[in-house]
Amino acid sequence: MITDAIITVEGLYKEFGHGKVHALNGVDAQVRKGEVLVVIGPSGSGKSTFLRCLNLLELPTKGKITFEGVDITDSRVNINIHRQKMGMVFQHFNLFPNMTVLKNLTLAPRKLKGMAQQAADEKAMALLARVGLADRADAYPNQLSGGQKQRIAIVRALAMDPEVMLFDEPTSALDPEMVGEVLEVMKALAREGMTMVVVTHEMGFAREVADRVMFMDEGKVMEENTPENLFGNPQTQRAQEFLSKLL
Amino acid sequence: MAEWFASVKAEFELNFIKADRWEYLVTGLGNTLLLTLVALIVGVLIGIVVAAVRSTYDKTAETARPSFGRRVFGFFNGLCKVYLTVVRGTPVVVQVMIFFYVIFAAAKDGTMVAALAFGINSGAYVAEIIRGGIMSIDNGQFEAGRSLGFNYLQTMRYIIVPQTIKNVLPSLMNEFIALLKETSVAGYVAVQDLTKAGDIIRSRTYSAFMPLIAVALIYLAVVMFFTWLVGKLERRLRASDH
Repeated sequence: MITDAIITVEGLYKEFGHGKVHALNGVDAQVRKGEVLVVIGPSGSGKSTFLRCLNLLELPTKGKITFEGVDITDSRVNINIHRQKMGMVFQHFNLFPNMTVLKNLTLAPRKLKGMAQQAADEKAMALLARVGLADRADAYPNQLSGGQKQRIAIVRALAMDPEVMLFDEPTSALDPEMVGEVLEVMKALAREGMTMVVVTHEMGFAREVADRVMFMDEGKVMEENTPENLFGNPQTQRAQEFLSKLL
Repeated sequence: MAEWFASVKAEFELNFIKADRWEYLVTGLGNTLLLTLVALIVGVLIGIVVAAVRSTYDKTAETARPSFGRRVFGFFNGLCKVYLTVVRGTPVVVQVMIFFYVIFAAAKDGTMVAALAFGINSGAYVAEIIRGGIMSIDNGQFEAGRSLGFNYLQTMRYIIVPQTIKNVLPSLMNEFIALLKETSVAGYVAVQDLTKAGDIIRSRTYSAFMPLIAVALIYLAVVMFFTWLVGKLERRLRASDH
């Protein structure tokens, strides 16, 4: 039993379309404080569904998710409070197109944490400076490149001071030359000790940054190990096949 | 030629000047605009409520837990669907007549009854315009809001609705213009709107051309004015579109 787990998942099932599609078939997993957990697997393996269940964007059909000691799958729990501590970054950025970059960053801290406009602005500017985009504070999302959008999306989530960051294929919608700048931001975040769960196809990132790698297929965790062991010496046939196709 | 002018002048005088018949048109236009305005307010209020119920029910279908509250909500959603089907599936003139001769048979103010009926009719179309506007916003916007910790209502208020308003305003203005023209059937329930005014003049003078063309031109002028206004609004919305 891991005691420093920040998220514990037990027996997670998710069905879509009244049981027609079984996206998750009994997933058990832990995320420890300060670690980077990278989830890999073929498309349709349930890895994104798994991630989206962690903050209940998908409601699990069955199973229990404990976040900071609270069972968030309990219907009496106010999930909104816990979501404030779980930042999420999406494949398609999902920036608010009708707001400036600065407003994108300050909306949630102001409305949810009651931060004063000036304090929220200062914090947002500091975050923007960290990802090298302080000069784009007054721009609108459609004036930015994909890589810039995703960096903004990351700091928008960070503006809420989350305990965990969830990344749902953050580089999959990017042009190849923009993948690097986003991964750099994520690597810096990992070095600072942020707890991260990353669903990605970037095996280089997984190898370099992950503390643990989870290989999923058919809605189950097939294999879980350190990146050296999982990439160097995969135990299951599924993982061997998947990794051999990537090379 | 001079004879033709003289006859046109005589016709004009007969239909509009004599017995101050032009006053029918002025009163009629006033009633038409009043009907449209009241119906618009009723329609928008109904439309917002129905659109809120319908889109909330649809949006939460995947994530809502089965509960008593959910079933009650489902009932209201069903009610809204029935309303939309009935109102959009029957002619507005029949609805207005049912309101006037059946439901509010005892009412004295036919104009307000007709306005209410037009409003309830328009509400169905407004509801579908607003619902379409809400559902057309990418679900990722909704998820981004929820993932930051906003609850459903906050996400709607701060993120979805501001984007929706921009999308639906032109369609709503078009619905308003359609409504203005639809009120021309108010004469069926003894409301003296613009169309009825022209018809009254026709029945007094036994001359159809002038009064009906006058009515048509007044509608056209009013509609063109509002169309111009919509165009201006659309250009302004586009200008602030980033």
